[in-house]
Amino acid sequence: MTLDASTPNGERMTLNMGPHHPATHGVLRIVVESDGEVVATCTPDHGYLHRSIEKIGECVEWPMFVPYTDRVDYVCAMNANLAYCVAAEKLLQTDPAATFTVPRRAECIRVLVAELNRISSHLVAVGAMAMDVGAYTPFLHGIAQREGVNDIFEKLCGQRLTYNYVTIGGVAFDLYDGAIDDIRRFLDQFEREMVRFNKLVTTNTIFRDRCAGVATVSAKEAVAWGLVGPNLRGSGVDFDVRRDEPYCVYGELGVQVPVGQAFAGRKGQVGDAYDRYVVRLLEIQESIRLCREVLKLLPPSAEKPNDPIGGIQADVGKLLKKPGKGEIHVRTEAPRGEMGYFLVSDGTKSLFRVRCRTGSFTAAGIFHHVMRGIFLADVVAVIGSFDVVVPEIDR
Amino acid sequence: MNPSDRPGNRDDEQIVLSSVDEFLAWGKEHSLFYLLFATACCGIELMQAGGPRYDVDRLGMIPRATPRQADLMIVAGTITHKMASRVRTLWEQMTEPRWVVSMGSCANSGGPFSKWSYSVLNGIDKYVPVDVYIPGCPPRPEALIDGVMALRDRVRRYRTLGERDTTPHVVAGHDAPFGGHCKVPDFGKPPEGKA
Repeated sequence: MTLDASTPNGERMTLNMGPHHPATHGVLRIVVESDGEVVATCTPDHGYLHRSIEKIGECVEWPMFVPYTDRVDYVCAMNANLAYCVAAEKLLQTDPAATFTVPRRAECIRVLVAELNRISSHLVAVGAMAMDVGAYTPFLHGIAQREGVNDIFEKLCGQRLTYNYVTIGGVAFDLYDGAIDDIRRFLDQFEREMVRFNKLVTTNTIFRDRCAGVATVSAKEAVAWGLVGPNLRGSGVDFDVRRDEPYCVYGELGVQVPVGQAFAGRKGQVGDAYDRYVVRLLEIQESIRLCREVLKLLPPSAEKPNDPIGGIQADVGKLLKKPGKGEIHVRTEAPRGEMGYFLVSDGTKSLFRVRCRTGSFTAAGIFHHVMRGIFLADVVAVIGSFDVVVPEIDR
Repeated sequence: MNPSDRPGNRDDEQIVLSSVDEFLAWGKEHSLFYLLFATACCGIELMQAGGPRYDVDRLGMIPRATPRQADLMIVAGTITHKMASRVRTLWEQMTEPRWVVSMGSCANSGGPFSKWSYSVLNGIDKYVPVDVYIPGCPPRPEALIDGVMALRDRVRRYRTLGERDTTPHVVAGHDAPFGGHCKVPDFGKPPEGKA
């Protein structure tokens, strides 16, 4: 839906959303120029949460940067840890002296925690989107279910939000006794809960009509603007790093990739806000399946921590003290899309350059394009549907 | 039995004597509306605290989107130099008496960003006076509730014409009424408050 924003006398009102606004998911500022109810231009203003994380990466040693990756995207800290650690391992392995491989049990645990965190991250995303369009209850349902994942992670690594669990060469701790039962129990009750959630929100006519046809991004536009992750797949582009460039054990799991196909029916279009929302829900279901699959692959724990099958941590200590020179870019699939780390090593203990490419950054880049000509009340729905997390934009 | 004769319903039992100030403080204590102000990671824990498990609603705490309706500002997360003046503006928009809780290491002192970062403010107390500091990165919702309980004590003691208690309170795990299981290292003397 596109409306003409020009009036005979061309009078416009400037509206300042943020940096403190309940619907901007943090401290995003958007300057909207509107003509009555219709948005004429929309300019995002970033940097209110610029914490110079990339610069810190040049000051600290390789493993010391892992806690900072938690803070790049705190809603899915496990995935952020994993993205950096996979990149660092690939960079270490370019050195011919490096002979380590990450133990298989550690790889399986990584996939397990990454998928669990994808579930909890998407729960915040869909809950917050429903809250932005005016429904408070779904958000509480999402938060309540998120506690289940938090409990598992707290038992696993002692933290509820910023985990620092995935390390370069493996994971920090083995699964605790009874972890597999806990996870199975959580997945079973969560699957039932999702049916209720879908009845409440997804198939709700008011919610569907509110989001159908809002801020449509065609497949061509999505690729041109560099959208990644669920935002890209919501536009009908069939691409997922987990399937197309597998890392860890994703290659053996057969990842199914849901894409947007005008789920809202007659009123919707491929790539509208409702499609992006439904793709996230389908990804939650896929993550539940992947968690169960990877539990089947999990080898039993071994005595030695660096055992290539049942261990949890490869020997990388010596390599990290004197790493080789080189540079690498590795991408992984985080809940908000492709998270890629570009690392440059100059052979010292700390990296020469760390560059982090995240999904929210490109999603924020398309705001001014999709928001032209939509209603003012839809602005928050659009921000919610792209699921931006501000530190991912600002870093 | 006549309803007016039941215990607790008799005329002489239905009278509470109080000063106006005490009564107002009692009301304020039980309706600490907080500003929905989340900047970073701690904001997620603040949301979890408002969620069904921790449910700060039962303490009379309801999020308000505008500072003009809020009594309490929970600074949840990192404050950068660019954001700091906005926090001050928000605080100035709140009506007296206003209270500030600094949640998490970043708001307390810059936390993990204090040493190397060029853009992070090392402690929000440089811009607004802080009543309660909650350490943690991020603090658990129990720690937040503990901090709020400490603040409620202060609100109860507040008198419109009296002198306001401005000594900052630091939540420490070992002597906390809730969550006493977690040992928090000694951070030394808390920074000076400016109320």
